[in-house]
Amino acid sequence: MDINAVSGQIESCRLVWAVLTPLLASFAVMLTGHRPNVRESCTVVAAVILFAIIASMGPLVLAGHTLHYTIFRILPGVTVSLRADAFSMIFALVASTLWILAAFYSLGYMRSLREHAQTRFNACFALAIFGAIGVALSDNLFTMFMFYELVSICTYPLVAHHQDEEGYKGARKYIVYLSGTSHAFILPAMVLIYVLTGNLDFAHNISTGILPAGANATLVTVLYIFCLIGFAKNGIMPFHHWLPGAMVAPTPVSALLHAVAVVKVGVFCTTRVMLYVFGVNTMSALNLGIPTAYFVSFTILMASVIALSKTNLKARLAYSTVSQLSYIILGVALLTPAGIQGGLIHIANHAFAKITLFFCAGSIFVATQKKDISEMSGLGRSMPFTFAAFGLASLTMIGVPPVAGFVTKWYLLVGSMQAHQIGIMLVLLASTLLNVAYFAPITYKAFFGKRPAGEVDAGIKEAPLTMLIPLMITSLITLLMGIYPDVFLNFVKAVL
Amino acid sequence: MDFLILNKGFPILSVLIFLPLAGAVIALLLSSDNAARIWTLIITTLEAVISLPLYAGFNTATYKYQFGERLAWIPQWNIHYTLGVDGISLLLVLLTTLIMPFCILASWRYIAKRVKAFMICMLILETTMIGVFVALDFILFYVMWEAMLIPMYMLIAIWGGPRKIYASVKFFIYTMAGSAMLLVAIIALYLASAPHTFSIPMLMGQNYSPTLQTLVFLAFFLAFAVKVPMFPLHTWLPAAHVEAPTAGSVILAGVLLKMGAYGFLRFCLPITPQATMTFMPYVLWLSIAGILYGGFTALAQKDMKKLIAYSSVGHMGFITLGIFMLNSRGMEGAILQMLNHGITTGALFLCVGIIYERKHSRELSVSTGIGKHMPVFATFFAIFSLSAFAFPGTNSFVGEFLVLAGGFARHKLITAFAIPGVILAAAYMLRMLQKVIWGGVNNPSHTGLVDLNTREIIVLAPFLVFVFWIGLAPAPFLAVIHSSVNHLLTQVGTLGGTSAVAQILP
Repeated sequence: MDINAVSGQIESCRLVWAVLTPLLASFAVMLTGHRPNVRESCTVVAAVILFAIIASMGPLVLAGHTLHYTIFRILPGVTVSLRADAFSMIFALVASTLWILAAFYSLGYMRSLREHAQTRFNACFALAIFGAIGVALSDNLFTMFMFYELVSICTYPLVAHHQDEEGYKGARKYIVYLSGTSHAFILPAMVLIYVLTGNLDFAHNISTGILPAGANATLVTVLYIFCLIGFAKNGIMPFHHWLPGAMVAPTPVSALLHAVAVVKVGVFCTTRVMLYVFGVNTMSALNLGIPTAYFVSFTILMASVIALSKTNLKARLAYSTVSQLSYIILGVALLTPAGIQGGLIHIANHAFAKITLFFCAGSIFVATQKKDISEMSGLGRSMPFTFAAFGLASLTMIGVPPVAGFVTKWYLLVGSMQAHQIGIMLVLLASTLLNVAYFAPITYKAFFGKRPAGEVDAGIKEAPLTMLIPLMITSLITLLMGIYPDVFLNFVKAVL
Repeated sequence: MDFLILNKGFPILSVLIFLPLAGAVIALLLSSDNAARIWTLIITTLEAVISLPLYAGFNTATYKYQFGERLAWIPQWNIHYTLGVDGISLLLVLLTTLIMPFCILASWRYIAKRVKAFMICMLILETTMIGVFVALDFILFYVMWEAMLIPMYMLIAIWGGPRKIYASVKFFIYTMAGSAMLLVAIIALYLASAPHTFSIPMLMGQNYSPTLQTLVFLAFFLAFAVKVPMFPLHTWLPAAHVEAPTAGSVILAGVLLKMGAYGFLRFCLPITPQATMTFMPYVLWLSIAGILYGGFTALAQKDMKKLIAYSSVGHMGFITLGIFMLNSRGMEGAILQMLNHGITTGALFLCVGIIYERKHSRELSVSTGIGKHMPVFATFFAIFSLSAFAFPGTNSFVGEFLVLAGGFARHKLITAFAIPGVILAAAYMLRMLQKVIWGGVNNPSHTGLVDLNTREIIVLAPFLVFVFWIGLAPAPFLAVIHSSVNHLLTQVGTLGGTSAVAQILP
């Protein structure tokens, strides 16, 4: 390890190992497919190793260093290189932590339902994590784009897993939206940025950006809009349709990928580009921040209203995801310190809470084969732990103390006050009420509602422990993160 | 001869030209089919090995033609046997020599009748292809250019599919019509030059009158645009690809199409720079038309070979777009993309050939869902498909990125029209990939389908290596191109009108 005292940069091949671990895990899974226990052990071992590597970088980053490593030099200014700074650590930590829990959960889920093609499923799952970690640790726009595209391709088999009409339809929509937008918007934006600046490396602070000072304002604005809507994994309307469509996938996929890895890849890319390519200075100078905040406010409110109308639990959660993702972008778009902090901390807060909710949805399905919210009335008495976790996680979505979501809401509200945006505050309040409206009844009816008429209690009990324990852990983490938010908050503060 | 660095010692280029020809003569004496196969494989492999020192000994610092050879041929008319390679032709020569052994291997079982004749055709074809790329004398070039048509015509007409006569005659008529104009232009240049010469480098940099430049450019353009092929002169290509045997398709896509683009770079730009500047916008818009037309048409195809053929029209549109942007990024991207297209599309045709040997059909609907039965094949096919739509990290991305970067630096509007082509490429490639690997809910039965054998893996693996090598570390390839491209741009810049110089020189 070679510490460059002046810039605080450390050349570290630990980054390469972090990215390679899930890739190697995927190969190991393919090779050991005929022995399911060995195969699953590979995933779990890799997940633990990945977490250890990422966690080991934490102290260095908090000490003010930036780790980086260049793997390939493609063109002058275009490299495949990795970086770990405070910003990337937020996402890398979330994804690597949740991979361990999700590995256990999907083991229980897939085996309980006797799903087919589990080897392919596990291999693609690991590949998707490979892409997500790659995005988190990328040092420039090209590397990020490469891993972003990789995530789109590798998750196709997961969405189409059931290989029925519905599965193919959802997967088709998925790939058309994600691949179409990235080629239509991100690719030209990236080439134009390269033409303007001669390189694609991210800046090392959030204020300056990399665009030259004299760049044409109209062009920069167009580039910004392309980047905002081009990373369609961020779920901003009108390019959000792929997300509800992808809910045909098995629940662990919805949980890890469509609540955490894939959508967070989208949001992470969007915010990374906003802060490290355009920079706060450019965005304020061109007045791009506040219009963005209002633009995503539409998504926040609209998606919540649509969620209210959904009776399928996974569909409701999907629209809740669409809405919550825009919180993150809204926070960053406020361009005030508290706003940015609120947005970034929500990457972690939302991830732990939403994965809990999806885990619960999957457990309910495994235990009862139920997908519709109306059928879940009274179910809480048979599955108390699952619904307790569900309740806790939905509190984070709503944003009440003492759970994690409150930290987000607090910072976002302070941020919008700093930016003097009463309108944004109203949006946040309205969305909180909407969240209450679509989440609270689920838990309430589960515990206090009557069972559906004619249903006999056929000995419904909790899902297997491999599923129950991960979801309880994640729900407790949301509580912990509300009481003691410093683990992630330290990284968030280091970004500024 | 200040443009030529003469090669002292082993005449490597002449050997490259005549070794396959000599091999073809000896092949006449062989009696059994297997002997012909093995002999041809030995000759083409030897040829590939001999060509490698070209890369090792290539001086990347100079734009001059290297490994030069020069003999008087018909001195009365100033016709010489002049050979040489520069950064523009070197990679194409290597592509040709390296792709040939794999074409022979891919035809091992595919060609069952008249094997010896097939192998002889392949060897003669190799001679002429190398000749086209290394000839620095117009008459030598023209002889090779015309001679190339005959073995290619026979490949399609004898070993082709059901409509082989239609396809081969169409191929022949289109290319002949183009090259007739080429001959006229060559003679016109000879007469206009002072002193009269057929030497290609000496014809560059002469101050021809604008009228002559325009006429010569148009004649050249017709010949090369048919070969590329540029929209709307592309119609022979899908027919030829569909009917040609696998090896024929690979050579057609991998090498023959590159000759059109090579012609633009070697002749149109440096010999008629003023006309190039005049016609540049039209050529760019034609390239866009090709990109979009090829993309849309590929999206609608049910036959896999046709799909890849139309995708070639789109890809070649990117290459001409890059060339006529007349800046170093665009042109380097275009040359790299020529190499990439040879690798990727060649590999895709090999993949389709592998399916055809098993299912006896190229229809997409017959082959849906074979990924489950042929996982190794599916992996290769998936990576080549990703490369075909310029997935980041693969070879085509680097080329396309450079072409787009060159394009956006010069003509933002025109280049913006190429972006839908990029989206279409992803759409038709992913559509084919999805159908072949997954299919739908009622896939046809594939009982008894076997995965790739060792020979097939050996054929495909080198392509895979190049996909990632160029995709992740293209520096060794770009270094070769660099000096020649800069020299070419100076040639166009200084003679193409003063207004252009400022924009062209980086």
